[in-house]
Amino acid sequence: MADHKDELETLPAAGPVLTMKDFKSDQMVRWCPGCGDFAILASVQKILPSIGVPREKTVFVSGIGCSSRFPYYMNTYGFHSIHGRAPTLATAIKCARPDLQVWVVTGDGDGLSIGGNHLVHALRKNADLKILLFNNRIYGLTKGQYSPTSEMGKKTKSSPMGSIDAPLNPLAVALASEATFVARAVDTDLPFLSEVLTRAAKHKGSAFVEIFQNCIVFNDGAWDPVAAKAIRDEKMLRLEHGKPMIFGKDRSKGVRLKNGFDPEVVHFDPAAPPKDLLVHDAHAATPTLAHLLAHMDEPIPQGVFRDVAKPTLDQLMDAQLAEAKSKPADLQKLLNGSENWTVAA
Amino acid sequence: MSDASTQPKPAPTAIEEIESAVIRFAGDSGDGIQLTGTQFTTTTAIAGNDLATLPDYPAEIRAPAGTLAGVSGFQIQFSSREVLTPGDVPDVLVAMNPAALKANIKGVKKGGLLILNKDAFNAANLKKAGYEKDPLEDGSLSDWRVIPVELTRLTRNALEGMGLSPTETERCKNFFALGMMYWLYDRPLDATARWIEAKFKKNPKFVEANTKALHAGNVFAETAELFGHHYRVRKAPIKPGVYRNVTGNEATALGMVAASSVSGLPLWLGSYPITPASDILHELSKHKNFGVKTFQAEDEIAAIGSAIGAAFAGMLATTTTSGPGVALKSEAIGLAVMTELPVVIVNVQRGGPSTGLPTKTEQADLLQALYGRNGECPVPVLAAATPSDCFWMAYEACRLAVKYMTPVFLLTDGYLANGSEPWLVPRVAGLPKFGVPALPAAEEFQPYKREAETMARPWATPGVKGYEHRIGGIEKQDVTGNVSYDPDNHERMVRLRAAKVNKMAQDIPPTEVLGERKGDVLLVGWGGTYGSITAAVQEMQKTGRKVSAVHLRHLNPLPPDLGDLLSGFKHIVVPELNMGQLLKVLRAKYLVPAKGINKIKGQPFKVSEIVAGVDAVLKGEN
Repeated sequence: MADHKDELETLPAAGPVLTMKDFKSDQMVRWCPGCGDFAILASVQKILPSIGVPREKTVFVSGIGCSSRFPYYMNTYGFHSIHGRAPTLATAIKCARPDLQVWVVTGDGDGLSIGGNHLVHALRKNADLKILLFNNRIYGLTKGQYSPTSEMGKKTKSSPMGSIDAPLNPLAVALASEATFVARAVDTDLPFLSEVLTRAAKHKGSAFVEIFQNCIVFNDGAWDPVAAKAIRDEKMLRLEHGKPMIFGKDRSKGVRLKNGFDPEVVHFDPAAPPKDLLVHDAHAATPTLAHLLAHMDEPIPQGVFRDVAKPTLDQLMDAQLAEAKSKPADLQKLLNGSENWTVAA
Repeated sequence: MSDASTQPKPAPTAIEEIESAVIRFAGDSGDGIQLTGTQFTTTTAIAGNDLATLPDYPAEIRAPAGTLAGVSGFQIQFSSREVLTPGDVPDVLVAMNPAALKANIKGVKKGGLLILNKDAFNAANLKKAGYEKDPLEDGSLSDWRVIPVELTRLTRNALEGMGLSPTETERCKNFFALGMMYWLYDRPLDATARWIEAKFKKNPKFVEANTKALHAGNVFAETAELFGHHYRVRKAPIKPGVYRNVTGNEATALGMVAASSVSGLPLWLGSYPITPASDILHELSKHKNFGVKTFQAEDEIAAIGSAIGAAFAGMLATTTTSGPGVALKSEAIGLAVMTELPVVIVNVQRGGPSTGLPTKTEQADLLQALYGRNGECPVPVLAAATPSDCFWMAYEACRLAVKYMTPVFLLTDGYLANGSEPWLVPRVAGLPKFGVPALPAAEEFQPYKREAETMARPWATPGVKGYEHRIGGIEKQDVTGNVSYDPDNHERMVRLRAAKVNKMAQDIPPTEVLGERKGDVLLVGWGGTYGSITAAVQEMQKTGRKVSAVHLRHLNPLPPDLGDLLSGFKHIVVPELNMGQLLKVLRAKYLVPAKGINKIKGQPFKVSEIVAGVDAVLKGEN
């Protein structure tokens, strides 16, 4: 979509300028020391003032799991619901009150296992939700069982001989569900995480962000092979719309396609990158490129995979209501019905 | 239409005046039986009779044609006096094929009329229905007055030259049969003719064909002198006012729209299609001009999840389903209890367990509604007594949910949902007013600080500045609503939630007693058995038995005066379409040796079954 621009919502006139502090609740944060969730919480609290939505118009909804305690720590409206069901509440909150900005905080178990169905349907309906999926590839709150994103062979309390379940790919699920905004970031890379969250917040429609998050107790270092600070520039690719896919500390590596659809890494002199590198198009009408990127593991892309504009569920619902209102809402007439008769006194 | 008026009239046939009649239409589920029944009902209602109907159809949309499994039925009782049930025993059976005859003949009154589509009594159909010999010829129907009619051939003749396909012609035969029935009961054709015109307005050919078939059947019944004479049922003495026919599902939907309109709270319905509740979703999705938002969810859990979300956001939130759906919603109902949000949950009960009997009625979800959740999880439970009472109970469920900030169950059932009755349409101005109490000042706001009279917590909805707060399914600290694992606080909160639901007893009107307040037997009923129980009690009272009845519409909390009433009778008898669920509750709460009359056949009570049950108790046989 060549003419696509980021859809910045028309925001209500700003009241007093809010700061990060305004979004912190008075509740003590109860995650394990060193948990990746702290960084994500801080990042969300940091970006919200810049989004410009007042606190009272911001709602955080969660399910069950470590990540789902998130709403208690936000000084906004919040709902800590039941396992896997956050998208169902959140979808209705947004449809009931289109003036609210609604966030869903979920994890790999909550969002992809018990709540997989709801996630798929919230995305395909383009419910205007900002869905943050904290992926630590383990069940934390139930103390260490394998999750739907755990790698095969993973030894956990419930898989002492190794998991025999193939994991699923959260971004591929989101793309297959036709999410209009799909992105990935890492908990330890705060500036980039904040950038991705800001873009998700400003997207009109369902925004799905997978965040690589570290569970320090039950799966410590799960993302280190790709996301550890020392190596992440070599292992991960930052996607930028309209730019060739180049990575590496000295920007000497890139991605191109061989045999049609197989991405391969090419090495080159940073001063003269090859002309046939893949160029990222986040606004492509079809999700083909985004799917290809979602399945790439060398390097692992992060940033915005897909960002397209479609009418949202609440807009479509309100449009039908507006259309229906051409018919007057006369309750007595409705109760009387079309076939009635009068019994005289 | 002109055919009928221009043909020479034969000598007027004698009209016999009767008080009431029960007729049953039966045929393949593709024969248009429900439509035929509904049309007969509308015309009967407009004629001023009181009536009650029982649609009875298979779960399969098109079960194999001609088989017993595929038989669809529609029964109506109409009368010049009050009608409480669709009738125990049909006086007339209209059967479109051998299977419809076989499935229904047992119930038809001896000496009654069998109107049979002779064309369908061929070898193949007889075999499918399991008849070894043709019942039209083997004398097995000698207890009834059999009127064989070549419905298919006569309809074909009537529509000849219209250029219809054989299938299209075949589809009009139900209107031919309906035309005959209108003659038999001296009914005008105009209401159905108008309906046909509106229904098929995009296809004038079908308007003409169906109207022709209707008139042809009517004229045929008169000229062929099949019946000897016809019947007239005078108008019933009915309270003056505007009436309409309404099914329980329609009434439930209208009750919700009315509650939304009066309270000013926009209506949300989150629902997943399920028999026999889907018609509520269909009905509400037509009323977007009233600001109604309907959400067809991906599953039952999402449906109630959406309702809880909508309630949090300030809408009048509802979800509609049947028993299996309630099972799936249980955890979320617990969340609504914990977060103290108003959500109306309608269970249109059907035969269970599991998939059970999707299209048949039962009352076996009472204990599920009362107790079917983890933890101490009290939910108020209401039950509608008749199809039109669904309007009042849906309205009341909405009012109480908002007043007390709690989920509320409304139990209806398949019989009420699909059954219909004439309904004295209420005046909007007379509906009880309700709304949301004003919030306390922001600096005094605490999410779980309760209002004294109702113990309701404040309903602060997102968007309101200064009331930002978090709620959830973890135990709440009293007053603040913060997460609390304190043992004393948990016990306190469990007791507070129960006390709040019990407070609702103050909203229950005094229990109406049918009959004396003291006597030999008190029947205690609830839900869709109202008509059968009432008719049975009236019949027994006429014969001098000291029998009274109360019908509960509030099942949690129970009416505060119920205990006193029970103590006025020697025997307490509880008729239920289950194994004795209210019976257990009454025995546990009031320590009375109540006895049950129980039926679990997917069918409503016959009046005679209740009379027999009470007699057994009086004779000491139960």
